[in-house]
Parts: sequence; C-alpha cells; structure tokens
Amino acid sequence: MSPLDFDPTAPLTPSGNLRRRRALSRVAEHGATAAAVLAVAVLAIVVYTVVSRGASALDLDFLIKGAPDGIGPELVGTAVIVGIATAIAMPVGVLVALFLTEFAGNRDTHAIRLTLDLMNGLPSIIIGLFVFGLLVNHKQQSGLAASVALAIIMVPLIARGTQEVLLLVPSSQREAADALGVSRWRAVIGIVLPGALGGILTSTVLSVARAAGETAPLIFATSVFDPSRYSLNPLEALPNVPVRVFQLSEEANPEGFAEAWGLSFVLVSLILFASVGARALLARNRRKLGA
Amino acid sequence: MSATSSPAALGAASLSRARSARRRKRADQIGDHVLYGICLLAALLCVVTIVLIGYQVVHGAGPAISKYGLGFLTETTWQPNFNQFGAGSLIFGTAVSSFAALLLGAPIAIAIGLYLSLLAPAGVRGIVAPLVEMLAAIPSVILGFWGVLVLAPFAQGTLEPWLHDKLGFIPIFGAPQTTGSSIFTASLVLTIMVVPIIASVSRDLFLAVPRDVQDGASALGATRWEVVRGIVLPSTASGVVAASLLGLGRALGEAIAVAQVIGAGSEIQASLFKTGDTLAARIANQFPGALTEMHKASLFYLGVILLAIGFASNLIAQWIGRRFSFKGVAAR
Repeated sequence: MSPLDFDPTAPLTPSGNLRRRRALSRVAEHGATAAAVLAVAVLAIVVYTVVSRGASALDLDFLIKGAPDGIGPELVGTAVIVGIATAIAMPVGVLVALFLTEFAGNRDTHAIRLTLDLMNGLPSIIIGLFVFGLLVNHKQQSGLAASVALAIIMVPLIARGTQEVLLLVPSSQREAADALGVSRWRAVIGIVLPGALGGILTSTVLSVARAAGETAPLIFATSVFDPSRYSLNPLEALPNVPVRVFQLSEEANPEGFAEAWGLSFVLVSLILFASVGARALLARNRRKLGA
Repeated sequence: MSATSSPAALGAASLSRARSARRRKRADQIGDHVLYGICLLAALLCVVTIVLIGYQVVHGAGPAISKYGLGFLTETTWQPNFNQFGAGSLIFGTAVSSFAALLLGAPIAIAIGLYLSLLAPAGVRGIVAPLVEMLAAIPSVILGFWGVLVLAPFAQGTLEPWLHDKLGFIPIFGAPQTTGSSIFTASLVLTIMVVPIIASVSRDLFLAVPRDVQDGASALGATRWEVVRGIVLPSTASGVVAASLLGLGRALGEAIAVAQVIGAGSEIQASLFKTGDTLAARIANQFPGALTEMHKASLFYLGVILLAIGFASNLIAQWIGRRFSFKGVAAR
C-alpha cells in the first residue's frame, strides 16, 4: 500500500478557530456539569453527616424520653405547633386561592398576589418580631403564638399551590355546571374543589415541610421551655425541635451535640420524606389533570 | 306515576316543585354570597396581616427611632450595657455576607440551571432536579448546626489558609482566625441556601426559551456554548436578574444559620475571615436576652431596616419579572 500524501480525515477534525470554539464549548459544558455535581455533593455531605451522627443516637428510648436522655417532648411539641398552624393556614390558603380564581377581578387579583408575594418574601425573623409584638409582649410565650407565625409562612405557599391546581381544573367542567344551572357555590364545592383536592393536599404537605423547620419565629414565641417534660397545652411555651437544636448548638457543649444530631436526623428525614412524597404526588396529579 | 294522578294533584305537585325551586334559588343566592364573603374575608386577612406586620415592627421600634433617628443607620457602636445602639456594622455585615453569597452562588446556580435545562439527559435531569430542590428543604437551623461543626473547622483549617496563601495580598483574605466562625463561613452557608432558589427559577426560564431558535443557531454552526451565550442568556437575562434578587432577599433575611456561624462580632473589618454579624442574626441572638426596653426597641429597629430592604428587593424582583413578562418569578 502506498502511503497517502494527504490525510483523509483532516477535514473532519476541527482546527484553528473552530477548534478553539469547540474547546470553549466543552469547557462550558463541563463547568455546568461540575456545578450540578457540586450541589448534589453538598447535599450528600450534609445528609450524610446528619445521618451518620444522628442515627447512632437513635433508639426507642431516645424518641420517647425527655431530656437529657431523649427528644420525645420536642417531637410532640413541634407536632402540636405545626398541627395548629396547618389548621389555621389551610382553610385561609384555600379560600384565598378560591377568591383569586373564582371571584376576583383583575385589580383585586393583582393586589392579592402582590400581598402573597410579599408575605412569601418576608424574612421569617420579621414574622417572629410581629408575633412577639402582637401575642407575646406583656403576656407569656405560647405554642399558639408559634402556630400563628408558622401559619403566616404557610398561607402564601398553600394559596399559590392551590391556585395552580384550581387553574388546571378543566374549564369545560365549569361550563357544563353553568349550563345545567348549577349555582356558583355548588359548582365550587362539588366540582372545582374535589378536582383540585390532590393538589391542595400536596401543597399543604410541602408547606408543612417548610414550616416544621422554621426556627426564627419560634425563638420569640416559644423558646423558654422545659425539654424534659411533655406538654400538649398550646397556651404555654411548648418544647420544639428547631429551637432546641438552635439552643444546643449555641451552648457549644459536646454532650448536647449528640442530642442535637439526633433531633436533626429525625427532622431532616421527616421533611425530606414529606417533600419527596408530595412532589411525586404533585407530578401524578398534574398528569391526571392533563397539564 | 304522574299519568295516573288527577289534574288537581298534578297542580299541587308542580306548585310545590316551583316553591321548592324558589327556595333552592334563594338558598343558592345565599350560598353564593356566603362563599364570596368568606373568600373575600380570607383575602382581606392576608392584606391586614401584612399591614399589621409593618405596623407592629415599626411600633416596637418606636422608642429607638425617636431616640436615634436616621443616625442609627451609620452609628457603629452596639453596647447594650451602656445603652448605646447603632446598626452600621450590622448593615455592613449583612451587605458583605449576602453579596459574597450571591457572587459565589449565582454563577453556580445559573450553571446548574443550564445543565438541567439543556445538557442533562432526561433520566439524570429527573434525579438531579429534585435533589437540588431538596437542598432548599433542609431547615436553616440544621444547615447552621452543620456549618458550626463541619464546615467551620474545614474553612478555618483548610480553605482560609489556602486562600490567604494564594490571594493574601488582597485585604479581604486576611489571616485566618482561631475559630471558624467568620463572615466567610456565613457566606458559604448562605450560598448553599441561595443556589437552589436561583437554580430552579433559572432552569424554568431556560426551558421556556424557544427550541427552534436554538436549533437555528446550531444549524448555522454555533457551538453549544455559543447558543447559550448568544441566545439563551440574553433572552432570559432579566428573569435571571430577578431570580438572583429573590435569592439575595433570602440571604439578607436569613437569621438562624447566620447567627450560628458568623461569630457575633461588632466591628467593621476588611477581612472576610474575621467575625461579623448581620441584622437578622443580631435580632435572633440578642432578643431572648434583651432586658432593657431600649435594647428591645433597637432590635425592632433592626427589623424595620430588614423589612424595608426585604420589601424593596422583593418589589424590584417582581417589577423586573412583570416588566419583562416572566411568570412565576416569586414562586418557589
């Protein structure tokens, strides 16, 4: 075989300017991939640390007993606070969403959405100051005040999530109801809300996951408590997970760290479980409603 | 059944039917009004809450506002024991830590958004996108606790000396301190909080860029980066800015995680590796222990500043978002 005096592959490999552009593009692609890997790695490191240090402290006694042996009162207190907050926020959030989709004119919609966005963007510590001024100052700390604060955080989330699914309810169904002479409120209760129920529940679960970890407002509302005693009374300060973790981390006492890691582990797993489950449900719902 | 009944019975039946229909109509009218009423009430409750929040915070700050006035903003001494308060160093700490977090976080987040919208294969995208959002779901107090025990020692022992060695000629990379509590560590924690917010919004933005325009550019020989640089980024720039502002708002207002890792210093220093404090963190740290009325009022005054900054960044983000007709900027 005689050697070729030209390389047949030559035109197929980029050279000069094109080579430089290709290389730049590849660098950019690798950079973007690296950024995604970095974010996932940080999540993995945080979760791994919490799991590896928290799981070792975990057993049944730890979940049931009070301080210093366990975290039972904090778990119960957080459940009570978040439960009441949900009971306040869910009806309000759903009603606001109904108002936006069913009743409000253009100008009202604009004003309410602006309000919701402002509420959503409020630093949670400001909500803490507000609740302190409104419900705690000159009185005493209470789980109820904490619930009100968390409800303020949850309402915009629930309202926005609900509004999204309400808009997905097919307009043909509403029109059919109108054509049959069904009144507005019957149509809302009988057709619109049932169709959107799945979405309402998932956005509520997501907002619970967000509220359960909020610490800043609780520092004002319910931070002076006895972590060794169970309490269900929302009119007094309730022990709760986030504030306890905050206190233990500020104390900088290595013995408290084990308890704090255990608390973190329970809280993180509940939150991640809830938000992953809710997101999966949401995706299913969206498919079902055909969006 | 009606076929066998007498005309009189028929008439009575239709009369009663008409009556019940009228009753039902009235019930429906009432039902409509009631539903409208409670929906309106719920909506008004939100508006009233926002107004009340503003009022309560300003009201709580009353004594401090009337005593210090606007000089509070530039005064840098904060000595509760001597009843001297000023927000200067805290505003400085807030600005530095938040902007550092944004400077570090925004490029990473935008790169993640690009990866998720344009590069990642569908299967990988379905896994990575929820993972990035999970990062936002981790409570700040736990991120802060992790920051104190894991990130701060790493920053103090490894990152800070390295940066000081390589870039020490720039004053912001001063000598590392004995503890890892510093503005630098706080910025890193804030970066972790800001990235998922900006990433998920910018991913949605990039996904909305018309495919055929991108394909057209590719057909003309543009490389992937040139498509991004020439088409995707310019057409979404305003949305990305709005998303970054949203992230900035989050960073400015974060109290707990920052309080845990920033070290509660009260001086204005050039070095990022020294301790500092932010408006929100100072409130979280000192409020439970604040004894005098003036101390509390001053902390409320910090809240007023925070509220003003927060509203402003939020409104600007929305204005940009609406102005350039992008939906869902404020949705998280």
